[in-house]
Amino acid sequence: MRVMVIVKGDKNSEAGILPDKKLFEEMGKFNEQLAKAGVILAGEGLKPTSNGKRVKFSGATRTVIDGPFTESKEIIAGFWLWQVRSMEEAVEWLKRAPFDGGTEIELRPVYEVDDFGDALTPEMKEQEERTRRQVEKQKAS
Amino acid sequence: MAVIATDIHRTIDAVWRIESPRLIAGLMRIVRDLGLAEDLAQDALVAALEQWPESGVPDNPGAWLMATAKHRAIDSFRRKQLLVRKHEELGRDIETRQMSMPDFNANLDDNIGDDLLGLVFIACHPVLSTEARTALTLRLLGGLKTDEIARAFLLPEPTIAQRIVRAKRTLSDAHVPFEVPRGAELIARLSSVLEVIYLIFNEGYSATAGGDWMRPALCEDAIRLGRVLAELAPREAEAHGLVALMEIQASRVKARVGPTGEPILLFDQDRGKWDQLLIHRGLTALDRAEKLGARRGPYTIQAAIAACHARAHIPEETDWTRIVSLYDELAELSPSPVVQLNRAVAVALASGPAAGFELTEKLTSESSLKNYHLLPSVRGDLLTKLGRLAEARAEFERAATLTQNARERDLLLARAEKLPNRVD
Repeated sequence: MRVMVIVKGDKNSEAGILPDKKLFEEMGKFNEQLAKAGVILAGEGLKPTSNGKRVKFSGATRTVIDGPFTESKEIIAGFWLWQVRSMEEAVEWLKRAPFDGGTEIELRPVYEVDDFGDALTPEMKEQEERTRRQVEKQKAS
Repeated sequence: MAVIATDIHRTIDAVWRIESPRLIAGLMRIVRDLGLAEDLAQDALVAALEQWPESGVPDNPGAWLMATAKHRAIDSFRRKQLLVRKHEELGRDIETRQMSMPDFNANLDDNIGDDLLGLVFIACHPVLSTEARTALTLRLLGGLKTDEIARAFLLPEPTIAQRIVRAKRTLSDAHVPFEVPRGAELIARLSSVLEVIYLIFNEGYSATAGGDWMRPALCEDAIRLGRVLAELAPREAEAHGLVALMEIQASRVKARVGPTGEPILLFDQDRGKWDQLLIHRGLTALDRAEKLGARRGPYTIQAAIAACHARAHIPEETDWTRIVSLYDELAELSPSPVVQLNRAVAVALASGPAAGFELTEKLTSESSLKNYHLLPSVRGDLLTKLGRLAEARAEFERAATLTQNARERDLLLARAEKLPNRVD
């Protein structure tokens, strides 16, 4: 499964202040660990919202709003996309990240093929289960 | 309470998956025996299962597991030494007298990369059968438990457990050393590792048995193993080539299954569903492989072929001439009737179905392809294009009797069904 790891913005990230050298190095090591475990699919840091734009949709009208945006809780400063076996694995990896100072990082599972087409999943699962039982029976005899 | 217990067990599972390869590799450096290293790691896991529900997960669970396993190792060595001494007292001089306490304080992190690589090479050692290599690799490097491996391969758990026990015995009987091979041996041993990883991938990508056409979780495990290997052996072009091949093939996972689980062939796939992130990763890995190797290896060539498809936004944009020449390169490196069959498909698309069909004629006498369902399946396809419909039908029917996969059989029978029985 894939999990998006969302790093929220704060005053520093909005002011365009890059993390200090120590944190930068630690983050580099953490990224290396993730890469060595085959977990990391993508990851980027985002520039402050003063560089960003928003487009608002209502009916046929599209209104472009320039940054910066003030609702800092809603601001995303960076993200990773991880490939893991479970949410628990994602949590365990995240715990190893060098964040501090009350930072909260959000983990969100990405929709996968299995999440679509509910109608087919039980049928396919049942068929797989049937095959397994058959195989086990064959092996047992 | 029950919910909390389940939660902590899921957490321990996750920790195990992350930490167990490093843990076992580290223990191997100390005890140099796979059976013992794994037992010690398992002991540490059992201790975690007993203690963490009460105490909570420690801040550094990897270090906790290693410390616990080391304590067990020291205990076990002391007991053995005691035993040796008793034997000596009894006058039975045993070779093990020189057995010294291993260095439990060596800084394991220094060489963890080499230790993990050593573990990869042991798990994929040529003295083991392919099945044993596969099970051991998933267990030691993928951190999968026996029941998870059994589920992935649709086999009973005791079968997998037995395979692993036997594999460890074989390794120990053969005195397989814990080391990273060098030079020419490295190339040979690496190809065994790549083979195992690609086999796991293929088992997930085109499930050979069972009702499902794919088992994506197994594909993901294989790709992760491939990425791990490429990071452990970054100068090996073929490791990157294999990663490239798997990433590009995996990019089509969402497009190659229809709404009722039926397979959709490459040319009928909605290319908008191809995962561009995986394609990008695959092309990057391919680039790395091609820059490293003076001459492309078989996985890199196959990745280059997959890349030709990945770059084509519509089937008509596919560079078939290049694909034919890549198959020529592959056939030269590893001549096989299967490669010839794939080349015939490419030739059919580059120069027309008649040219391709002619190439398949020579393959019908190949004994190794006698039960290979893709040969009649390809011939059926080419005969359809040539308008020889009754012959095409017979080929599809033959292919349907040969495939082991239920979904694929349905697809082949459906294609046969659409064609006339005999020419009127």
